[in-house]
Amino acid sequence: MSLQSPAIVVADLVKRYDQVNAVDGISFTVPSGSVTALLGGNGAGKTTTIAMMLGLLVPTSGSVRVLGHDMARQRARVLGRMNFSSPYVDLPHRLTVRENLKVFGRLYGVRDLGRRIQALADTLELDAVLDRPAGKLSAGQKTRVALAKALINEPEVLLLDEPTASLDPDTGDWVRSLLEGYRKGRGATILLASHNMAEVERLADQALMMKQGRIVDRGPPAALIAAYGRTSLEEVFLDIARNRGYAAATVEAAS
Amino acid sequence: MIGLSLGRVVALMARYWYVLKGSIPRLLDIAYWPTVQMVVWGFMSVYLREQSGLISGAFGILLAAVLLWDVLFRGQLGLALCFLEDVWSRNLANLFVSPLRPAEMGLAMIGMSLVRTLIGVVPASVLAIWFFGFSVYSLGLALVGFFFTLIMFGWAIGLAVAGLILRWGAGAENLAWGVMFAIMPLAAVYYPVAVLPGWLQPIAWAMPPAYAFEGMRAVLIGHHVDAGLMVRGLALDALYLALGFLAFVRCFELARRRGLILQQGE
Repeated sequence: MSLQSPAIVVADLVKRYDQVNAVDGISFTVPSGSVTALLGGNGAGKTTTIAMMLGLLVPTSGSVRVLGHDMARQRARVLGRMNFSSPYVDLPHRLTVRENLKVFGRLYGVRDLGRRIQALADTLELDAVLDRPAGKLSAGQKTRVALAKALINEPEVLLLDEPTASLDPDTGDWVRSLLEGYRKGRGATILLASHNMAEVERLADQALMMKQGRIVDRGPPAALIAAYGRTSLEEVFLDIARNRGYAAATVEAAS
Repeated sequence: MIGLSLGRVVALMARYWYVLKGSIPRLLDIAYWPTVQMVVWGFMSVYLREQSGLISGAFGILLAAVLLWDVLFRGQLGLALCFLEDVWSRNLANLFVSPLRPAEMGLAMIGMSLVRTLIGVVPASVLAIWFFGFSVYSLGLALVGFFFTLIMFGWAIGLAVAGLILRWGAGAENLAWGVMFAIMPLAAVYYPVAVLPGWLQPIAWAMPPAYAFEGMRAVLIGHHVDAGLMVRGLALDALYLALGFLAFVRCFELARRRGLILQQGE
């Protein structure tokens, strides 16, 4: 797949539960090698969207294609080229970090697994905890282990749900640097859902602003900030959350 | 169509094995209940040998029954507990976003159930020789047939239970411990199917355990192997196992439609 051709194509995606549309007809593309952020308040539909992109959830209508494959019907063909991390999904607590990485390395068919685990341990500074149970690690260590699992197969497409949630600023910054390095080194496509606006400003090529299951605005973070006449993406987020459009936000910012 | 991968099955079995090998209490727990059951029924057999012509003529009939019952019960429980390990640790989403397929997960749980059952039942069977002078291995090759007739049915029920847990969440986990006891009265573990009321007998014969336990009594009391019983039991097993896999895969697809996988463990 050539650079800038879409790694992910989402078309008219809908997920309905009973009478509620958790995701309501969204469409977007994620160019190969880029970072896209899904932003929105709680219940905006970010996690539901990611679950459909992983094939964990079947859309009510519409489609998700990842690396050219329909995730509702052909997910087995592409799952080995993707990976995922979320603070709401754990690794087995009783297994050591090394055992966890061995299990997932084998599930993804990673060759020369011992060397890969050691390389990840070096990169993610996990050497000291490799033989400790995953359930006995600090929040920062757990995040690094979850990232090691997410990178075990050197994925072309990486989906991250709140990758720096509950991390202290130093560890959060460290994770963001790691993701920047991985994207550049691997040419990977990254889609992340985040509540951390500074993180999105730093990492993302485009931001998709979600509200009540819909994408209400989109664009590069700097362009969104300029369009709303604000100084940060957090202010843009608040404008959208509080139903202030471009015009109102721009007037308010000027006054 | 991409085929099933033995490598992924073995990888997931390793995940379950790591949990076991890292915990001596868990290993002991697996062997504990079969041993306690064997000791209780062994002493009961010693007592009844003095009172009953049946037991004096076939001393090991209760001991063999309790050991084979544990094959059925542990086979089902061992499989369901593997699944519950991933529910409890909120790991299902990690597994199902990997290339692992539901059928491969089913095979891995079956493999681990076999390991857990052997860890539970073999020490009890050896202790039965030491304590009571009864060897279940005296059943000969027929024992292999009884073992697989029973454990395959346990796997079928275990897969269905795992599917129901996927569908209903951890609230359904009590099924893992209780479901086999609903079947036990019809399994003819300690008494022949003929003892049951006429209307219940067809139900008992519709399930494989009755064939294994009747076959066991044919060997211990009648001193002959009833191959017909074994073949019918194994044929029913094939049907139930296929239905168990189907139930598990269908529940997985239902969970994908309803968004249940990310909610597991909450």
